[in-house]
Amino acid sequence: MSNTVVATEIEGKAWGGGNEPLKASYGKMMMWFFIVSDALTFSGFLAAYGFSRFKFIDYWPIADEVFTHVPFLHGQELPMIYVAFMTFILIMSSVTMVLAVDAGHHLNKAKVTLYMFLTIIGGLIFVGSQAWEWATFIKGDFGAVQTKGGNILQFVDTEGHRVALRDFVVAEHGERTQHERKNGIWFVSEGTLPTYTVEEVVNGLEAHDNILVRTQLLDENGEKTVLSRAESLKQLKNNGTHVVEGANLHENEYGSPLFADFFFFITGFHGFHVFSGVVINIIIFFNVILGTYEKRKNYEMVEKVGLYWHFVDLVWVFVFTFFYLV
Amino acid sequence: MSAHEDNHAHEAHDDHGHHHHKETFVTKYIFSQDHKMIAKQYLITGTIMGVIGVLMSMMFRMQIAWPEEPNVLFEALLGKWAPEGVMDADIYLALVTIHGTIMVFFVLTAGLSGTFSNLLIPLQIGARDMASGFLNMVSYWLFFLSSVIMVISLFVEAGPAAAGWTIYPPLSALPMAQGGSGMGMTLWLVSMAIFIASSLLGSLNYIVTVINLRTKGMSMTRLPLTIWAFFITAVIGVISFPVLLSAALLLIMDRSFGTSFFLSDIFIQGEVLHYQGGSPVLFEHLFWFLGHPEVYIVILPAMGLVSEIMASNSRKPIFGYRAMIASILAIAFLSTIVWGHHMFISGMNPFLGSVFTFTTLLIAIPSAVKAFNWITTLWKGNLQMNPAMLFSIGFVSTFITGGLTGIILGDSALDINVHDTYFVVAHFHLVMGISALYGMFAGIYHWYPKMFGRMLNKNLGYIHFWITAVCAYGVFFPMHFIGMAGLPRRYYTNSNFPLFDDLANVNVIITIFALVGGVVQIIYLYNFFSSIFYGKKAVQNPWKSTTLEWTTPVEHMHGNWPGDIPHVYRWAYDYSKPGHDVDFVPQNIPLKEGEEELQH
Repeated sequence: MSNTVVATEIEGKAWGGGNEPLKASYGKMMMWFFIVSDALTFSGFLAAYGFSRFKFIDYWPIADEVFTHVPFLHGQELPMIYVAFMTFILIMSSVTMVLAVDAGHHLNKAKVTLYMFLTIIGGLIFVGSQAWEWATFIKGDFGAVQTKGGNILQFVDTEGHRVALRDFVVAEHGERTQHERKNGIWFVSEGTLPTYTVEEVVNGLEAHDNILVRTQLLDENGEKTVLSRAESLKQLKNNGTHVVEGANLHENEYGSPLFADFFFFITGFHGFHVFSGVVINIIIFFNVILGTYEKRKNYEMVEKVGLYWHFVDLVWVFVFTFFYLV
Repeated sequence: MSAHEDNHAHEAHDDHGHHHHKETFVTKYIFSQDHKMIAKQYLITGTIMGVIGVLMSMMFRMQIAWPEEPNVLFEALLGKWAPEGVMDADIYLALVTIHGTIMVFFVLTAGLSGTFSNLLIPLQIGARDMASGFLNMVSYWLFFLSSVIMVISLFVEAGPAAAGWTIYPPLSALPMAQGGSGMGMTLWLVSMAIFIASSLLGSLNYIVTVINLRTKGMSMTRLPLTIWAFFITAVIGVISFPVLLSAALLLIMDRSFGTSFFLSDIFIQGEVLHYQGGSPVLFEHLFWFLGHPEVYIVILPAMGLVSEIMASNSRKPIFGYRAMIASILAIAFLSTIVWGHHMFISGMNPFLGSVFTFTTLLIAIPSAVKAFNWITTLWKGNLQMNPAMLFSIGFVSTFITGGLTGIILGDSALDINVHDTYFVVAHFHLVMGISALYGMFAGIYHWYPKMFGRMLNKNLGYIHFWITAVCAYGVFFPMHFIGMAGLPRRYYTNSNFPLFDDLANVNVIITIFALVGGVVQIIYLYNFFSSIFYGKKAVQNPWKSTTLEWTTPVEHMHGNWPGDIPHVYRWAYDYSKPGHDVDFVPQNIPLKEGEEELQH
């Protein structure tokens, strides 16, 4: 190279080449751009959720009535308490992750180990809670009747409190046969039979004067419309097709099946990210214990997985907001 | 802390120059982590996919020209899909679908970006290799895997995916909707999911390499326009492909797990399906949020290559260097807010239509800036009319022709009349298909000596260009007229509509041009593959260019430069600079005493 002539004034400038203009190694930057990309995947899902929810803005289930359960406290309506706890745990695990990264900067192996461990525990509690949340949602609590048009009829007493099917419906049927592939020509699939038939629900409703039907339609106060006694019986008799208990990808006792579809898919996709994060954290945790980064004299790997972990937590804040709060 | 990291990274990279790893056949040619080899792997895989895509287009053009007539070629190539040589309607749709998919994603995205970003980014910015050679290798092999799966999908029993390359539900969401909606569609989705992963890894590498590994003195405003184009293309890829991933995952849920994201109230084969509440328009929004940026992912690298080749072969600095960068950035930004112009007749709110019309027509501004800058670069230049230059000029021609019809299609009121006709087919084939292919050919003719150390045969290149150019216009120019006359795209035959009988002859002419244009690519393929072994040996800087890749030895080596990496003292376009004996000054030549730098 005949570069004896002095360099131009551009040398040494941040973007002049030959250095790291953003003060970050390429690996850390890759993690940042990966996060950008993943954030857009989540944005796609959340935008789709918003699109669908707006389409049914007058019929959407009220989250406060859906997520009311807390483990070990049966029969109490405590809206949002448990999910608030889950969120708190996840955010605390972000805090411990920051402490782990900071300890890494000081090359303090013992502290990195401790804080990584706490982060992993936080992640596990979150994933476990999510599983419990799913199980509760799948099981359902009050039960409802689906109409021909695919709407949901729920039951309330005269004061507006929800009434579960089991509290007023008596199962009268004897043996019922499950439809199976071998006894149907056009048979594709059928879920397991619900506990009650629509006729039994009608009988139960007729026997209890104080029970009314509540539809999905939201009134101007954001509350669901309760039908009169006569209207309740008419709706149930004319339009009821089958009893729905709990929620799955096809139907949902709380209202629109899309609510359940998006809930399962987005929290599931997020839960998958948390689970992956926990697995990655465990790998890094063992590397820390084995002294891999101690020998390298830097804990940048901890920092990189930390970026991912914070991102996953941040996404949860959005998911939490859109599904539970708004 | 980052001081440790810095030293570490630099040591690692400088090592490449001095150490010679023991290389086996497998590490050198198959699982290579060297960017130059990966570029060649991308190019050859893309070429093979391109041959498949072009063959398909020739077949369905024959069907359009001579509908339902027996054809020995169909019988030989399509087998059970062409009983007694007559093409089946289902396979027509499948051919159109897979042609689109292969050309857009496998040839013009991976084949173009994958080849030239890999080849040129490290060489032109002065780096030993990509930031992560390992991820780069993984990126190629994921691309290879997705190509293989896409090809396998052609052979499944019920036929390949046939819902169009845009895979709108419900055809793509209900496995029983049509033959290609079953296993064919599943493999399509699997292949694309892997493709997206490959594209993501590639893009991450390109971005961080450009940011961190530029040599000393290579400021952002000294970068060749190729690098700017590849860099911004990678950024668009990172932003838009994940949204396609969202759409694909939701679609997979609908297909396989019974969710209703894109489906509502469907009655099929005597059965009411349980789906309720979903919307296919939602899919179109998600799809086109990728789909539109995707056309810029295709065209921007071609623009970068053409800018570089035109400046070099006009022996003039590129006109409006900063305006070129600004227009790349403007196009990238606008590309993300115009997707609705693909949905003017999808039942979207008409008010949204006018918003998208506005943003879409804004794209005309940066596009026109680029077109005028290319023309003014040619103006009074000392033009070197080699094949690369011809293809570059051809690029500008088709880009302008196709761009003008874009103004019509971008306007919702006008678009409604020609939506889903051959007018649209003509528009996008000229503006992104043919243009991007020309950019790719230009790049191959120009950088072939850098890739293989030998020259392509010039005369075969001329023949290739002129026949291709005539055929490309011969195919796509008449399509504007039959589109205006109302001929819808994707129809297997038009013979049932007396209205279109007058257009039958035009379709025959188009098909003849398409067949000639397709067959003539054999000349190029012959030239390409035979020159690898028998081409004229290349000299170090055959085009007398200024950029850094021509300062490397002709023989490839790990680490690119035998000694230190050259430092950069000037921008990439010092052609015919007054005060110099030669008409080009490479970027690694320091400024003379008293010399002013033109641009930085």
